[in-house]
Amino acid sequence: MSTRTLERRRRRAATRWAALAASPRPVVYIGMGSCGLAAGAAAVLAAVRAHLAERAIDAEIVSVGCIGPCYLEPIFDVQLPGRPRVSYSNMTAELAVKTLDALLAGEAPRRHLIGRFDAADGDGHFAPGDADLAGLPRFLDHAMLRHQTRIVLRNCGVIDPEQLDHYLARGGYRAFESCLEMPWSDVIETVKASGLRGRGGAGFPTWLKWSKCREIDNDARNLICNADEGDPGAFMNRSLIEGDPHALLEGMLIAAYAIGAAHGYIYIRAEYPLAVRRLRSAIAAMSKLGLLGEHILGSDFSFDITLKEGAGAFVCGEETALIASIEGRRGMPRTRPPYPAVSGLWGRPTIIDNVETLATLPAIIGGGAEWYASHGTEASKGTKTFALVGKVRRTGLIEVPFGTTLRTVIYDIGGGLTKDFKAVQTGGPSGGCLSEEFLDTPIEYENLAAAGSIMGSGGLIVLDRDTCIVDTARYFLSFTQAESCGKCVPCRVGTGHLVGILDAICEGRGELADLERLERLARVIKASSLCGLGQTAPNPVLSSLKYFREEFVEHIVDKRCRAAVCRDLVVYRVLPERCTGCERCVAVCPTGAITGPRSEPHNLDPEKCIKCRSCYEVCRFDAIAGDAIVIESRGQSDA
Amino acid sequence: MAAARSRLRSAAGPAAPDPWPTIMREFEGRPADLVPVLQRTQEAFGYLSPDSVRRVARWLKLSESDVFGVATFYAQFRFSPPGRHRLRVCLGTACHVKGGVQMLETLERRLAVEAGQTTPDGEYDLERVVCLGCCALAPVVTVDDAIYGQMSVLRLQGLLDEHAHA
Repeated sequence: MSTRTLERRRRRAATRWAALAASPRPVVYIGMGSCGLAAGAAAVLAAVRAHLAERAIDAEIVSVGCIGPCYLEPIFDVQLPGRPRVSYSNMTAELAVKTLDALLAGEAPRRHLIGRFDAADGDGHFAPGDADLAGLPRFLDHAMLRHQTRIVLRNCGVIDPEQLDHYLARGGYRAFESCLEMPWSDVIETVKASGLRGRGGAGFPTWLKWSKCREIDNDARNLICNADEGDPGAFMNRSLIEGDPHALLEGMLIAAYAIGAAHGYIYIRAEYPLAVRRLRSAIAAMSKLGLLGEHILGSDFSFDITLKEGAGAFVCGEETALIASIEGRRGMPRTRPPYPAVSGLWGRPTIIDNVETLATLPAIIGGGAEWYASHGTEASKGTKTFALVGKVRRTGLIEVPFGTTLRTVIYDIGGGLTKDFKAVQTGGPSGGCLSEEFLDTPIEYENLAAAGSIMGSGGLIVLDRDTCIVDTARYFLSFTQAESCGKCVPCRVGTGHLVGILDAICEGRGELADLERLERLARVIKASSLCGLGQTAPNPVLSSLKYFREEFVEHIVDKRCRAAVCRDLVVYRVLPERCTGCERCVAVCPTGAITGPRSEPHNLDPEKCIKCRSCYEVCRFDAIAGDAIVIESRGQSDA
Repeated sequence: MAAARSRLRSAAGPAAPDPWPTIMREFEGRPADLVPVLQRTQEAFGYLSPDSVRRVARWLKLSESDVFGVATFYAQFRFSPPGRHRLRVCLGTACHVKGGVQMLETLERRLAVEAGQTTPDGEYDLERVVCLGCCALAPVVTVDDAIYGQMSVLRLQGLLDEHAHA
């Protein structure tokens, strides 16, 4: 296919896309990302489809990706002829049908309403609002979206990710085309001027890695997209691929052109079946259009993409381990240098970039380096996506400019917590827990590193006073210890000892000297491990010890866990004055630890109690019960 | 996965075709194909039997120990036949702070197996996974392909009762 035919196709796609906004038929959009599906989007879709058929209404149904506020899923939008697209949250099959009927009857129900899209949103795609719906709030004014700058996520939740035409209609593959018209060195220069740094976590300047690879006199270069998003608590890459796979694929074309790669690989977690499916169909659609293969768009540039599914090993996020895995070996890292940019996959110069880094490229080329660099700060330019989860009110996928403070992210975007803030964990198992004093820290690579954490790929886990810092540190260390590949001693043996000491502290067997042991061991592991996994594994321990040392001391000296999490340091108790004697807890207790005649305060035998939480839950959530069961640690008589 | 399992059941039938010729047609048989070949083999048989490992080793001209070495390195591969249903408890960070451990313990107690095991009647596999990427819905438990978010010990008990009677 030539550039001209592609432009024709794009124009046709744009016309159709505009026609969708001005459709004479009702259009229903449903968020069908993993988060939407987990919340029940499939049932909503089925019910809406059946209802439309029953009422003999000729409507169009568009499946879109995740638009970000996962806590509002399933989200469904309705656009009636001549009216704007209106979005509703937390739908069930029944609610969706009811809302649809109300809208069709000319009403504008407010229940579960998120907001409307209007002509100002999404490149003028959306129809102008009519008088009836003009009073509704705008979707993008929603508290979770207002503070965001959506550059890499611009298409997520807006287009159907399975429709290449939707992507084309929004200017898709135009950035790549313009790259073909310039020498590769100009592409690298543009990326340099944009200030783009690796979004996988380390923040290495993208252009620098690329030019090092270009310097090598070997034309068989490779490009690998690292989509092995293994950090527990992070799903930015998954959502992006599910919602807008072509942004990544166009980014790969741009990167491959810049570094002169002929072969591309996407190394993706097998745990993301939907993302894998989306990529597979997107690659097929691209090939059909001639955007992959020999002499793409009649140029001298040839490129193909192979999908490689990971087999479940966190260490394969490390670039040399990832390469070993693609080569069919155990995913174990090796010493560097040589860096993969010099000698990587099959011994050839190889660039490995993260999903978000690559998916940002079309926006940078399309919008210009200067425009992109106008977002963010001097040292960290542009925007970054984060998975905002944990104990915040509004959870989901967000994108903010660098320099935004953690406070803005947690309180303005996330809506704050229901209980007292304790810490925010950034960077996953390689990062650390930051205390309240860092809330006003602007999010930048250097700032987070200076605070003892890292940017990481973008997991932001908010912890409240019900989260135990020692237990959290132990959790991360158990994770890295289990995922350590075993090649180098400091990581294999050292992390095991860290876990052992943390276990002892959590179980009330710790001694004060353990804290120094932890710190010393952590420093040795950081200094002497072979790869990034081991070098960063102790960060959760070191940062927690730095900012929350008193909690460690409490566990050791007072045998007390103030969050009432560490099992060996808590007891379950019935508060007789609150107990209504409803016997709900007696019924759910698996060990018969709770007894009591009906209507009298129950008795809980701590010897039999296995601390399974069943009674606690039933007492909290059953209307008849009286919140009478408490889980408490020492010195917490009224917890 | 569900597809793999139904294929597995049909493979147990009397006229089940041998999946090997199909698998072998899909690859060039280079040593570098090892991981995808093992993935495909597990998809067809549900697990990697000693016989499968032997066949893969001969085909790709690797030693059996090489094949086992790679297969045991990755969490995805299993070496015993799977149960009829697959229960997975997410223990990612968000699920951990929201009580994922209690979900796992509840299941371990109810099914009298530990994570990584299959119930003696072959009904359930119990697995722990680190992050399914549905962190906003923590804690998360999956039954086969269905994802259940915002679980509690009680909801989980209800889910199991429902499933056992279904």
